[in-house]
Parts: sequence; C-alpha cells; structure tokens
Amino acid sequence: MEFLYASEVLVNGLMAGVMYSLVALGFVLIYKASGVFNYAQGVMALFAAMTLVGIMEGRVPFAHLINAAFGVHVDRFGWTVPAIFGIALTALIMVGLAIAVEKLVLKHLVGQEPIILFMATIGLAWFLEGLGDVMWGADVKVLDVGLPQGISDSIETATNNWLGYGFFIDRLDIWATVIAAALVAALVGFSQYTKQGRAMRAVADDHQAALSVGISLRFIWIMVWSIAGFVALVAGIMWGTKSGVQFSLSLIALKALPVLMLGGFTSIPGAIVGGLIIGMGEKLFEYFIGPMVGGATENWFAYVLALLFLVFRPQGLFGERIIERV
Amino acid sequence: MIATPAAEFSTDKGATRPVLMDLKNITLRFGGVVAIKDISFDIREGEIRAIIGPNGAGKSSMLNVISGFYVPQQGEIWFEGQKRPPMKPYQVARLGLARTFQNIALFDGMSVLDNIMTGRLNKMKSSLFSQALWWGPAEREEVENRAQVEKIIDFLEIQNIRKTPVGRLPYGLKKRVELARALAAEPRILLLDEPMAGMNVEEKEDMCRFILDVNDEFGTTIVLIEHDMGVVMDLSDRVVVMDYGRKIGDGTPDEVRANPEVISAYLGVAHE
Repeated sequence: MEFLYASEVLVNGLMAGVMYSLVALGFVLIYKASGVFNYAQGVMALFAAMTLVGIMEGRVPFAHLINAAFGVHVDRFGWTVPAIFGIALTALIMVGLAIAVEKLVLKHLVGQEPIILFMATIGLAWFLEGLGDVMWGADVKVLDVGLPQGISDSIETATNNWLGYGFFIDRLDIWATVIAAALVAALVGFSQYTKQGRAMRAVADDHQAALSVGISLRFIWIMVWSIAGFVALVAGIMWGTKSGVQFSLSLIALKALPVLMLGGFTSIPGAIVGGLIIGMGEKLFEYFIGPMVGGATENWFAYVLALLFLVFRPQGLFGERIIERV
Repeated sequence: MIATPAAEFSTDKGATRPVLMDLKNITLRFGGVVAIKDISFDIREGEIRAIIGPNGAGKSSMLNVISGFYVPQQGEIWFEGQKRPPMKPYQVARLGLARTFQNIALFDGMSVLDNIMTGRLNKMKSSLFSQALWWGPAEREEVENRAQVEKIIDFLEIQNIRKTPVGRLPYGLKKRVELARALAAEPRILLLDEPMAGMNVEEKEDMCRFILDVNDEFGTTIVLIEHDMGVVMDLSDRVVVMDYGRKIGDGTPDEVRANPEVISAYLGVAHE
C-alpha cells in the first residue's frame, strides 16, 4: 500500500515535470540558436495564454484604452471563437512577436555581450507583461480549450481492480504529457530532417560558419523565436488551464531555471530529463522527507538541487562541457 | 603604374581566361588603422590565385572582403561582369562563393556528413511542408544532394569518418571536412584561408594534392591565402603579394619571386 502510494506520487511528479520541461524547452531553443538567455520566456507563455483567452472570448483588445480615449464603453465583440482557430491565430501572433523582437531588438544588438542581450530580454519581459495587461485586462481569466480535466475515473477503477488501490491521476496531466511528447517529437524531427532544422543546428553551433554556407542568421532567429513562442503558447495553455491565466503564470519561468541547471542550457533532451527529475524529485521529497521537516519542501527543493548541481556538475547532465584550452 | 597588363602573364590559365571577379581600388579601414590600401587585382575563371604576404599584411582581411564578412570603405567588386552591391556574408555565399576559415569553423556537434550537407542548404528548394511529409520532391532532392555529398566524401577520402562528430576529429581532418563543406556548395569561387596552417608535412602534401585535384577535375576557381612560400609557388597560377595593406607584387610565381620589393618584404633588405 505504502509502495503503491509512493508510485502514485511518482507518476504525478513525472507529469508535473513534463509541465516544467515545456517551459524549459523554450529557453533551450533560443539559448542554443542565439546564445541569449531569454528571460521573457515565462512572460511569453503568459502573453500567449492571455491572447488566446482574449481571442476566444471575443474581447476587444485595448478596450480600456479605447474607452478612456473615446469615452465609449466597449468590452466584447459579442462573438466567441472556437479553440482551434484561437490557437492558430495566437500562434500567428507569436510569429509576429518573433519578427518584432528580431527587428526592434536583436538586430540592433548583434555582436554584443551575452549580458546585454540578457538585459534586453528583461526589458522585453516587462514590456510584454504590460502589453498583455493593457490589451486584455489584468483580471484572472479562465482558459478552457476543451482539454479534459479532473481525476480520470477509468484509471482509478482500472488500478483499483488490478492493484487494489486506485491511482488518482488528473486527465489534464495525461493530456499535457501526450501533447508535450508530440511537441518534442515534432521538434526533433524538424531539427534533424528538414533543411531549416539543419540550418538551425548550424547556427546553434557556429555563426561564422553558418554565414559562410549561406544561412541568414536573422531568418533563423525569427524562426527560433517563433518556435519558442509556439512552445510558450503550449505551455501557457497547459498551465493556464490548470491554474487560470494570471500574472503568476509568468513565474513558472523561475521553475524552469533549476530544470535548465540540471539538464544543461544547451540540450533539448536535457530540458526534458531535467524537468522530469525536478517534478519527480520534489514530489517524492515532499512525500518522504517533507513530514520530517514540516512540509512545504516543494518551494525550495528544486533550487537546492540545482545549487548542488552547480557545485558538482556546472554544465548540467547533458550540457556541453566547457573546456578552455590553454 | 602597379597593374601589369594581362598580356604579359606567361601562364595559359592566367592570361587567356575570362575575368571572373575584378577587385578595384579596395580600401578597408578599422577606425584609424588601414588594413587594405587601394588594392586592385582580378581573379580569372579556373585559375588558382594566391594571396601571400607577411603576418599582418591584410591577407585575411582581403579574403573577408571578397566573402562579404567585411565591407570595404572604398572600391568596387565586380563579379561575373556585374558590380556587386554591399552584401551580407550569407548573400555572398548564395552567389556561389564558398570559403574555409583560418581557425576552422565547423559545426562541432554535427557529424561529418551533416556538416558537408549544410554546404548544400542553398541547393535545396522544397518547401517545409513537403519535407515534413518526406514527400515527392523533398525526398528526391534529399537523395540527389546526398549523392553529391557522397561524391565529395569519396573525392577527399574521408569515407571512414562520415558518421563521426566533427568535434572529435584531429586538426588535419577537420581542415579537410571544411574543404568538403565548401566544395559541396559547388562554388564559382573557392576561398581558402591558410588551408595548410598548422599541418605536418604529410598533411600539407595531401592538402596540396586535393587543391590541385579540385582545380583540375571540377575546374573550380580557387583563391587561397598561404604563408608557406614553397607551397604557394608550386600550387598557384598567379600570386598577389601584400605587405602592410598594400599590393607590392602581382604575377606568376616566377615573376613574383624575381620582384625586388617582394624579396625585401620577405627577406629584409640590407641597409647601408
């Protein structure tokens, strides 16, 4: 019984880990291709989720501004948009965002120190957060794209019949896992088997060499930011469905940090495995050790684990080892 | 008058073939430092053109101007009879100029095969959609390009390392892979920045043979920078000699060897 309960905790932990991996994935993509640590990744997820809700509910963008400026009272268009169109439209908006970021920010900072680019993404994070609020309002929004939620009865019954103990597993978590797996498979397929993917890997490896074989860095950056935007949208949908679309959504980026330290900033498999380890580790730790130290270990476990990694294996599990030749 | 009339060149290749690229009065400055000072020379179809000179003479800068990595402040570059507007390096590459680098710029994380395949990126035209479905034209294209790449792999005798990640290869082989990637683009002009730097004698001989073979078999026009005078004289049809950013000699290896200015730049002149 004890063992079964621990297994249930483990499964739930793994599924929570998938959600962390989704966020971490966006970081890795951009970091690999352009060496930029994109602080705004979490806010991009929030912005994508807000935009999706806004579109689906037929909200008028910038309603507050319009009302204040023209003394009218608009709020909704009065229609609703099906989830699938909403997602497609939001994905397009994220591509537009990628183009804007490249044209307005990255283009002007080519060749600058990584810390400068990092600072620029902090600015971007603040800007996007404000833009999201102004466009769609700062209220807590409910996002429902039709993903099933709640405890899966069939799994509970099946495991109860089979093991004599019913596993409580959220159907949303199962869907999140399936979708994340599909997303990762698509990303791997894209980067390994298409010419754009090959160009992306080339840019990630060496900018000079990429230029010399005729790859446009700007095109690749736009592409990578678009993909990261799409990953942010998926993460935003999952997290938004789970806990509502609100400011705290952007803080999931903080959870992605320990994932990246574990997995390595430059490895897509690392982001996945790192997320799984963190998700699983923090649930199991809470279950076994939590009661001894008064609980609430989930708040800090991931960071302490990351700290240990920084001491003993700074490049992460899958990251490229930094060797300076002298 | 510095420029020698074309008719005086003795080798067949240099004298009679049409001009492929013409560099006119190129000047390149970095702030106050003049890296290249008013240099003109041409590159003819199918020849091996060397640029030599002591350290810091501006050879690599010259190559970077040709490949678009640097944009000169003054001067014109004519390619295939047309004046080339200022371009980004990737646009120059798409015109058919492939290059290697002095300190090797390969994609370390990729296999030798993948590295060479990147050289053919601009030859691949099928849409992302058909590639994703691995469908019709995309499949044919990938197969054709693979066949081309395999030819180059055979040519440069690197069959046994085709699946090896490039990061693990020794220096000499890396240089060869870089050459293979440049060749994969089927360039109009192949630019080699010190292709033999840091190699041992055997590796140098191999590389020399490959350069000559590329020129013979594919008729590729080659511009190369080299330190080793002996190597340059054996390989090239015509040589440009640079010193302190200026051109001090231009002609066949024999002509250049006899040029007093070149001798003084390389050997120093006794002052009385």
